[in-house]
Amino acid sequence: METFLAFVIGGLYAAGLYMMMRRSIVKLIIGLSLLAHAANLLIFTLGRLTRGEPALIPPGGIRPERPIADPLPQALILTAIVIGFGVQAFAVVLIKRAYQTVGTDDLDDMKSTDTG
Amino acid sequence: MDIVIAVLSGFLLAVIAPWVHRVGRRSAGWLLALLPAGLTFYFAAYLRELRPDFVVITSYPWVPGLGVSLSFYLDGLSLLFALLISGIGTLVVIYAGGYLAGKPQLGRFYALVLMFMASMLGLVLAGNAITLFVFWELTSLTSYLLIGLDHEREKARAAALQALLVTGGGGLALLAGLVLMGQVTGSLELAALLSNGAAIREHALYLPILLLILLGAFTKSAQVPFHFWLPNAMEAPTPVSAYLHSATMVKAGVYLLARLSPVLGDTEAWHYLVTGAGMATMLLAALLALGQTDLKRILAYSTVSTLGALTLLLGLDTTLSAKAAMLFLLVHALYKGALFLVAGAVDHEAGTRDIRRLGGLARAMPITAAAAGLAALSMAGLPPMLGFINKELLYEAKLQAPRAAGLITATGVAANMLLVAVAGLVGIRPFWSRSNAPDARPHVPGTSEVPGTSEAVHKEPHEAPLAMWLGPAALAGLGLINGLFPDALPSALVSAAASAVRGKPTVVELALWHGISPIFALSVLTVIVGAAIYVGRDPLYRAAQRFVPWLITGLRVVGHWGPEGGYDLALRGLNSLATTQTRLLQSGYLRFYLIIVMLTTVGLGGYTLLSRTGLTWPAGRSSDVRLYEILIGLLILAATLLALLSTSRLTVVAALGVVGYGVALIFTLFGAPDLAMTQFAIETLTVFLFVLVLYRLPRFAYYSSRRDRIRDAVVALAAGALMTALVLVVTSAPLQSRLTPYFVANAVPLARGRNIDNVILVDFRGLDTLGEITVLAVAGIGVYALLKLRLDEKNK
Repeated sequence: METFLAFVIGGLYAAGLYMMMRRSIVKLIIGLSLLAHAANLLIFTLGRLTRGEPALIPPGGIRPERPIADPLPQALILTAIVIGFGVQAFAVVLIKRAYQTVGTDDLDDMKSTDTG
Repeated sequence: MDIVIAVLSGFLLAVIAPWVHRVGRRSAGWLLALLPAGLTFYFAAYLRELRPDFVVITSYPWVPGLGVSLSFYLDGLSLLFALLISGIGTLVVIYAGGYLAGKPQLGRFYALVLMFMASMLGLVLAGNAITLFVFWELTSLTSYLLIGLDHEREKARAAALQALLVTGGGGLALLAGLVLMGQVTGSLELAALLSNGAAIREHALYLPILLLILLGAFTKSAQVPFHFWLPNAMEAPTPVSAYLHSATMVKAGVYLLARLSPVLGDTEAWHYLVTGAGMATMLLAALLALGQTDLKRILAYSTVSTLGALTLLLGLDTTLSAKAAMLFLLVHALYKGALFLVAGAVDHEAGTRDIRRLGGLARAMPITAAAAGLAALSMAGLPPMLGFINKELLYEAKLQAPRAAGLITATGVAANMLLVAVAGLVGIRPFWSRSNAPDARPHVPGTSEVPGTSEAVHKEPHEAPLAMWLGPAALAGLGLINGLFPDALPSALVSAAASAVRGKPTVVELALWHGISPIFALSVLTVIVGAAIYVGRDPLYRAAQRFVPWLITGLRVVGHWGPEGGYDLALRGLNSLATTQTRLLQSGYLRFYLIIVMLTTVGLGGYTLLSRTGLTWPAGRSSDVRLYEILIGLLILAATLLALLSTSRLTVVAALGVVGYGVALIFTLFGAPDLAMTQFAIETLTVFLFVLVLYRLPRFAYYSSRRDRIRDAVVALAAGALMTALVLVVTSAPLQSRLTPYFVANAVPLARGRNIDNVILVDFRGLDTLGEITVLAVAGIGVYALLKLRLDEKNK
């Protein structure tokens, strides 16, 4: 499964980066979003996959009875998802205002706005 | 009192110095001079214990893990320097109170000069290579700030930068040399280096070490071809020139050579390199000095010449030459310090430093004239000054040089003859020449316009105030008293310093009169020829122009286009390189930044992966695959492709949602329900947000050309392939985590929680989560502010 996911991750990275290189500012946001998924999946896979065993300790015990999924990458990704959303929300509103003010969604045209 | 307090007290006083200046007004100079004066007495107290094997070592741990300690090493050599630094520092602080009176920079000057004094003391007392380097750089920095004290003048700024770049560059070489020495001996302590000289000299790295250390010493002490920064540093106020660029800081390189000569000296490379550089500097600078018209630049070139002579002596590396060097150090600081301060007083009271306009000042400034005269006599090496004793010793050392004694002595005598003439030019001419009629000589090599010369000398010259004649009078007087009684203070100091340089007890007995000997004859010859050059300098110059024009042209070329031209060229080259590469890398287009980042990552990461694993397919530990998992993965990829290709905004948003839900499903399947729940919630919110906002944005447009799109796709695919390879390589090795077992084992006992994810987030890494919440809050505020921002208000 790791081998298969490796290609899914690679595909997400390539797509995200390609979108980020577009001149349309909306596509930049789409690219960021794809990149966030790719990074989350990357961290998840590098922590190795364990099917169907959440990192829980049964009541009464002090350690899990069976091998569990690695909780550390999960904790990191949880933080990343939430922060990613915050950044995305901010970026989306920012480009909306930028578009309203500047009147273009072409990044190359936005370069010289403060001179005009 | 401890040595560390003695060194660091200057920094402390520097902090409050501007305040003292504001409160103390005219008396601030006298008040602030109390510290250097106290330090002078503190160091003078050590004179009683002065024996040839005198050493005091104190040490405090600083960075023990790296073998760096704040240690101080006080022996005869350090003591000689420390006395000069604190003693002349006292006079300079008092002097500046008069010289810069009423100038806005005076408060800053006090702070900087005290900081410099403390750094310089730290340098000569340092007992650890890293400590020494830190103080070395501090002196370069304070020198930079002091040269550029009048920072509104462009020339001052350029000169300051030049001095900083040259000495700072040398400082880096010095650091490398010191670290290499530490590698060879295993310790950075000076005491350990000094006792391991043989090991370093026989080591394969000896020559690189020597070259690096010499580079540091030669740049700091303005040896050819790095001499050009010192005359330019004369842009500094005169007290700074007297203190830093004559008496103390420029001698740091000489100090380093003297300090390390027991370690690095006594080899062929040392002899040739150090003696050669010293000889060239001594003669060339003496010639250049005679061609100047600005009092300060004459003094600067003669200082360079002296630094060359000191370097030459240390290169000879005999007991006699060490004695001569140490005595010369003392003598030169006394007379040159005095002459610089005199030059400042003349400039201050007569309004110009151009020697062609100065003359007959003795009547108006009798005390200054007397001090200048005494200092000039010492410089020319006439009895009964200390300079006379020194010159005898210099000739004796040169005559007994182990190699090429004839050539060295001849060069030395020639340079000294020129310096006798220079002494007359700066110490006698402005005061005693009858007229101040313009002198016939045109501008010669390396001269620049003298500030203040364009206006005529309209000031009526008068005697300088007490603060300004005290310094020169004290220094010149010391030269006279010590010359009359050389067996008292100078003998003891020079003995102790020479012992430190030679690394073995050395006794020096100085006497004013040695009887008639070949050396005495040389001295007499020097003075006679020097005086002749002084008197006949104009006809001589014309004759030289007529019969040896190549000499004049050569000097002019050296002065203008020599090493300084090289410096300018290097600086321009560096600037244009920086401009070019900035233009290249900082295009201002996001995609080019991304391409650079990605290509670099792919290049470096791909190279590392290839060199570690080769081209073989990593035999990954791969858990079995089930059909529905494959379907989810394919769904993600298909939705991604759709997001790339679709021009409909709604389709793209929906496709993004599918990607997010797909990732959440993978989380669900592989034991991460918490992640999945968060992802579902966030994904839903994101889709809403996009739909709401994107609806108001224009339709997707294709801005890039087909070529650009292909280029971007290739780069993006390469980056994606790298990530795929990374996952394959990493997952093929077993995971060794030390953190996870800790969290799993301690979740219940320490944190009383059964959901390990939660425990990590809110307990073990609770501070991270706090940071995350803060980021969210800031983003929320940002979103709110952007939405509320009334853009039309601006247009009203």
